[in-house]
Amino acid sequence: MSLLTVSGSPHVHEKGNVSKIMLFVIIAMLPAFIASAWMFGIGAVKVFAVSIIACILFEWLVQKFLIKGPNTVSDYSAIVTGMLLAFNVPSNLPVWILIIGAFVSIVIGKMSFGGLGKNPFNPALVGRVFMLISFPVPMTSWPKPLESASQLTDVITGPTPLGILKESSNVAEAMSNPAMPDYLQMFWGNMGGSAGEISAIALLAGGLFLLLTRVISWHIPVSFLLGATMFAGALWLADPTIYIDPLFHLIAGGMMLAAFFMATDMVSSPMTPWGMLIFGFMGGVLTIIIRVFGAYPEGASFAILIMNAFVPLLNKIKPKRFGEEVKNG
Amino acid sequence: MLKTFKLGGVHPPENKLSAHKAIEAIEAPEKIFVPLGQNLGAPSVATVKRGDKVKTGQLIAKGEAFISAMIHSPVSGTVDKIDTHIDASGYRRDTIIITREGDEWEEGIDLSADLRKEITLSPQEIVEKVKASGIVGLGGATFPTHVKLMVPDGKKAEYLIINAVECEPYLTADHQLMLEKADEIVVGVQILMKAIGVDKAIIGIENNKPDAIEHMNKSVANFAGITVQALKVMYPQGAEKQLIKACVNREVPSGKLPIEVGCVVQNVGTAFAVYEAVQKNKPLIERVVTVTGKNVSIPSNFMARIGTPVSLLIEKAGGIPEDNGKIINGGPMMGKAINSTDVPVTKGTSGILLMSEKEAKRVREYNCVRCARCTTVCPMGLEPFLLGLAGESLDWEIAEKEQVMDCIECGSCQYTCPSGRPLLDNIRLGKFKVGQIMRSRKN
Repeated sequence: MSLLTVSGSPHVHEKGNVSKIMLFVIIAMLPAFIASAWMFGIGAVKVFAVSIIACILFEWLVQKFLIKGPNTVSDYSAIVTGMLLAFNVPSNLPVWILIIGAFVSIVIGKMSFGGLGKNPFNPALVGRVFMLISFPVPMTSWPKPLESASQLTDVITGPTPLGILKESSNVAEAMSNPAMPDYLQMFWGNMGGSAGEISAIALLAGGLFLLLTRVISWHIPVSFLLGATMFAGALWLADPTIYIDPLFHLIAGGMMLAAFFMATDMVSSPMTPWGMLIFGFMGGVLTIIIRVFGAYPEGASFAILIMNAFVPLLNKIKPKRFGEEVKNG
Repeated sequence: MLKTFKLGGVHPPENKLSAHKAIEAIEAPEKIFVPLGQNLGAPSVATVKRGDKVKTGQLIAKGEAFISAMIHSPVSGTVDKIDTHIDASGYRRDTIIITREGDEWEEGIDLSADLRKEITLSPQEIVEKVKASGIVGLGGATFPTHVKLMVPDGKKAEYLIINAVECEPYLTADHQLMLEKADEIVVGVQILMKAIGVDKAIIGIENNKPDAIEHMNKSVANFAGITVQALKVMYPQGAEKQLIKACVNREVPSGKLPIEVGCVVQNVGTAFAVYEAVQKNKPLIERVVTVTGKNVSIPSNFMARIGTPVSLLIEKAGGIPEDNGKIINGGPMMGKAINSTDVPVTKGTSGILLMSEKEAKRVREYNCVRCARCTTVCPMGLEPFLLGLAGESLDWEIAEKEQVMDCIECGSCQYTCPSGRPLLDNIRLGKFKVGQIMRSRKN
């Protein structure tokens, strides 16, 4: 008989690991990717390919030559970051800017802290905000959906619904703008915007898949959308001529992407149910505050990054311990 | 309606391969190894010496400390020597080694199969009898049973809860015992009720044993006060605090015993041992042991004498499979991996689980991705990732502040961790160190 293995209990392990979780996230992003390719054509595919390859390459280089550790590409987290980064940029973004964004995401946002699991901020958002501040013009000229899908170069750009709203002085003016899509078009994704944020239905389908496979819990997406709806709703009730209804906020811009894919990044979100609920709710409120009162038309990225900074504080909210309050009966 | 505990829990594959295999008594080997430290608390002190003749059921070691237990000879024969021998902890510990000669029982032990229902002893006499018979918790914790039966002054027991959950995957010893000895168990339950002075007893059984639930329900039908509670399958429901929560919805406070909420919990196998001790005068010298594993040719439930080497049990179950990598004393979630098949069966051995090379290996380790699954599944509401980190960084202050001592070591966190972190390894280290610090503070 060969030697016996001796190790501490438990001796069995649930099926599944980090790679599988990342794979599920990638699968969940596919509907939005398909919607993006449908609306923006080859440009979107190019942005996805460049972003993913650049992220994998940077992670591999850092791991091999700086950290000198084992290859971590096989955990697929670089692919997830790459896809999320591509989701957050216009599909006509010049490739060189995107590569700089991937560098910031992976090297500064993730690997400089020690790699997967160590980063305090969502790496894709770090890259996205870096690009938005450094290259504001290319990062805010969005190709028109469908029309630009067949075009390889010289795409026609147009505004996003949130951009139109920001330019207009009141709701009626924004709604009468011929470039403003109707709600159904916005829901399906026929609107200007970043590559992966346009189709609310595709993102919802992906989010539902993540919830059903237990990759994410309901706390953050539900509280995020609830926070946004309640704050936008309060403003709307106060003055519906100036503030648009909450439904618009839910389907415009990156709200769905933020609620299901960006805020739920397990590494940079809180770890207890109450922490998650506060994190999500405040993220939703901040998104609306930035959209309505800030200089930028969209605020989801900033809102999540700000809430990421609060995570260590939110983690001080402890779960209810067993036997904490004695209930007899 | 099915009940369960509310906080955390996991549901590993049940793999009850030896379910419904009749309990098979196996003959004791020529040499038997009886360790002196078989129970939680102080080891027993040998009362026999080399060359002494002993009979089956004769007292051979005394538990002198408050938390300790008597040990009786599992066979008749001659004491070969008192020497160190390997036990499930992996260390060589003091052991009485007996060479078997026939099977001659001590006088006054009723070996007939008759069911004796009338309970003639007083509560005090029952506790004395349980103590004299060397009974300890047979679920695996091996806490001396008589200590649990002595309700402290100022406390009152309301419920006796019988742990027949068997939430560990693979193990079927309690299940089979209920199918074969239901009436005896029910008398045992009544004896325990009398000892602690309660009129209500709940037998908690998980719903994956519907035949046992039905069988026990038939046996308790004529006894007011004893109910069978079907429980939803959820690990670790067999943990004392979780079982109380599931059965009577009370939470034992941190660092306190079940009596704090008016409960006394006893394992179903213990109830059977109490029946045999009180009604038949038979001390605890044998127990049901499940021998199982995916590659084991005949997964079985054996009635084995204490001190029987594990190797004999495995042989009876078809021998060690070819690619065997690990042998576990107990179940896969909380059992201990043993390093030798010379390890003897003790009072706490509920099963022997054999795992292949592939199953024996741990999964790949990644960085913690802070997914919080460990926090979600922890039945004690702790944050295992934080306790694990405290253990890794040797920060015992944090470990104590985050209530590491409340951990029941069920292993749910490590079982579910997608990063394959050795959470429980680090938490155990933390419990050990914090325990030391707390004791030194008291002195």
